[in-house]
Amino acid sequence: MAAITLGNRLRPLAYLSPWLIGFALFFVYPLISTVYFSFQRYDLFTLEPVGLLNYRYFLQDDAAWTSIRNTLWLVVVMVPLRVVFGLGVAQLVTRLKAGAGIFRTIFYLPSLVPLVAGTLGFVYLLNPATGPVQAILGAVGVRSPDWFGDPAWSKWGLTMLALWSVGDLMVIFMAALLDVPKQLYEAAALDGATGWRQFVHITLPVIRPVLMFAAVTGVIQTLQYFTQAMVAARVASGATDSAGSVFVPGYPDQSTLTFPEWLFHQGFRDFAMGYACVLALVLFAVSMVFTLILLRQFRGFGEEDA
Amino acid sequence: MTASTTAVQERAGAASPAPARARRGRATLYWIAKHAIAIALAIMFLGPLVFIALTAVMSDQQALTSRLWPDIWNWSNFADIFEKAPLLTWIGNTIMYSVLATVFMLLSSIPVAYALARFRFRGRRLAFLLVITTMMLPPQVVAVPVYLVWARFHLTGTLWPLIIPMLLGDAFSIFLLRQFLVTIPREYSDAARVDGCGEFRTLVRVILPMAKPAIAAVALFQFFYCWNDYYGPLLYAGTDLDNWTLSLGLAAFRSVHRVQWNLTMAATVLAMAPVIVVFFFAQKVFIEGVKLTGVK
Repeated sequence: MAAITLGNRLRPLAYLSPWLIGFALFFVYPLISTVYFSFQRYDLFTLEPVGLLNYRYFLQDDAAWTSIRNTLWLVVVMVPLRVVFGLGVAQLVTRLKAGAGIFRTIFYLPSLVPLVAGTLGFVYLLNPATGPVQAILGAVGVRSPDWFGDPAWSKWGLTMLALWSVGDLMVIFMAALLDVPKQLYEAAALDGATGWRQFVHITLPVIRPVLMFAAVTGVIQTLQYFTQAMVAARVASGATDSAGSVFVPGYPDQSTLTFPEWLFHQGFRDFAMGYACVLALVLFAVSMVFTLILLRQFRGFGEEDA
Repeated sequence: MTASTTAVQERAGAASPAPARARRGRATLYWIAKHAIAIALAIMFLGPLVFIALTAVMSDQQALTSRLWPDIWNWSNFADIFEKAPLLTWIGNTIMYSVLATVFMLLSSIPVAYALARFRFRGRRLAFLLVITTMMLPPQVVAVPVYLVWARFHLTGTLWPLIIPMLLGDAFSIFLLRQFLVTIPREYSDAARVDGCGEFRTLVRVILPMAKPAIAAVALFQFFYCWNDYYGPLLYAGTDLDNWTLSLGLAAFRSVHRVQWNLTMAATVLAMAPVIVVFFFAQKVFIEGVKLTGVK
C-alpha cells in the first residue's frame, strides 16, 4: 500500500520531469547567469568584473534609447490597431450571409505566410521604384512614400505588414463573438437597442476578457519584435554582407531599430555580452510586468476542474 | 443586381410575413454593403500574394519596370534560383530542423500537459503559471548564457541548439495541449482505470486518440514555427551557408546574390508554397488550434 502511495506521489514528477529539467536549464540557470554577466565585461575571450559600468553605459547609450522609443511606438500604435482591425474583420465575417467560409480562409491565410517571406514581399510591393503599390497609386496620380526607405514611414510599413497578418486574432475573436449568448441580443432588440449600441453594451462587455488577452499577449509579442524589422531593414538598405562588414539593424536611420534587435546586435555581433545582459534584464523586467497581468487572467484557472 | 434580389426574396421568405418595404430596402443595402466591404478586404489580403506570384515569373528586364502583368511567363526563374544559391541544402536543413523539433516536442510535451491537466498534486497551479511565464519570456532574455553553454559543447554553428531543447518540452505546446486535455471528461479515464488500465496506458490508449485534433494542431504549429523561424537560425547557424535554413537564406537572398526582384520573389514563393498547401489540407486543424490559444 505504501509503495502505491509513493508511486502516486512520484508520478506527477515523472510526467513533469522533461519540463522541470528544461525549466531549470533554460530559464532559471540562464536568468541567474544573465545577472552575473551583467556585472562583467565579456567578449567570449576575456572575462573581467566591471561593477556597474554596463548599467551606467546603458543610461547613455543613445541607440538603446532610440530602440526603446521605436519598440514603444510599435506597442502603442501597432498592437491597438491590430486588435481593432482584427475585431472589425471578425465582426464582419460572423455577419456575412454568403461565403463566410471563403472569406475566413482568405483573411486567415496571410497570418501563416512565413515572416521572412511576407516581409520580403512587402518591401517589394511598397518599394517606390518598381513596386506594384506605386504603380497603382501612380495611375491615379498619387505619389507613394518610400515606405521602407523613409524614417517617417518605415514603422507604418511594418504596421501594414502586421495588419495584413491579423488572421490569428480574427479567428480568436470570431470564436468569442459566436459565443455571445443570442438571448442577450434578442433582449436588447426588444428594448430597442440595435447596431452600434448592441455592440457597445453587449458584445464588448461579454468579449472583454478575450480582447484583454489578445492585447496583453500582443504587447508581449511586440516587445520581442525582431524578424520583420531585421529583414525589412536588410532588404530595403540593400546591404551586402561582404567579409568583415556587419549589418547594423535599424535602416533607415535607426527608425526600425527595436530593443531585441539592439540586444542581439550588442551580444552577438559586437560581442559586448555583459552589456547585452543588462539589456536582457531590462527586457525581462518589462515583459514580466505584462506577463503578470496575463497571469491574473489565469488566476483560479487550474482549479475549476480539479 | 440578381444577387440582391434573391437575397430580398430569401429574407422575405424567412422574416416576418409582411415586412415593411422600407425595412426590406434597408436590409438589402446592409447586405450589399457588408459583402462589398468583405470583397474589398479580400482583394487587399490576397493582393500581395498575387503580386508576389506575378513578379516571380517576370523576366529580368521586366523586373526593372513597374509593369504589373508578366509580358512573358518566365517559369525558368524557379529553376534559376536553385543555381544562384544552395536552396536544396537550405530546404533539407529546414526540414530536418522542423521534423526533429516537432517529434521531440510531442514526445516531451504530451506527458507534461497530461500531468498538468489530470493529476492532483501540490504546486500544480504554480507549475501551470510557470509554463505560461516561460511561454511569454522573450527568447532574447536568456540568449547570452544559453549561447555560451552551446558554445562550450561546440554546437554553435549548427542547428542542434534549436532542436535538442525540444526534448525538454515546449511551453506553448504544453499550454495548448493542457487547454484541450482539461476539456476531456474525467469519466473516460475513470472508466479505463476501472477496466484495469494503468495511468500510462490510459494516456496512450484512451486520452491520446481523443486528443488527436489538439496534437495535430500543436504539431503543425511547431512545424511551421521552425519552418518560419529566423531568429533561432540567425543566432546559431553561423556563417557557413551549408548550415543555413530557408528563412535565413531567403533574407539574404537579394543582397548576397545581387539578384533582381523577380528571382527574390520566386524564392519567396518557394518558401510560402508548402505552408499554403498544407493549410488548404488542414485548415480545420489550424482554426481549431488557434481558438485554443485564445481561451479566456
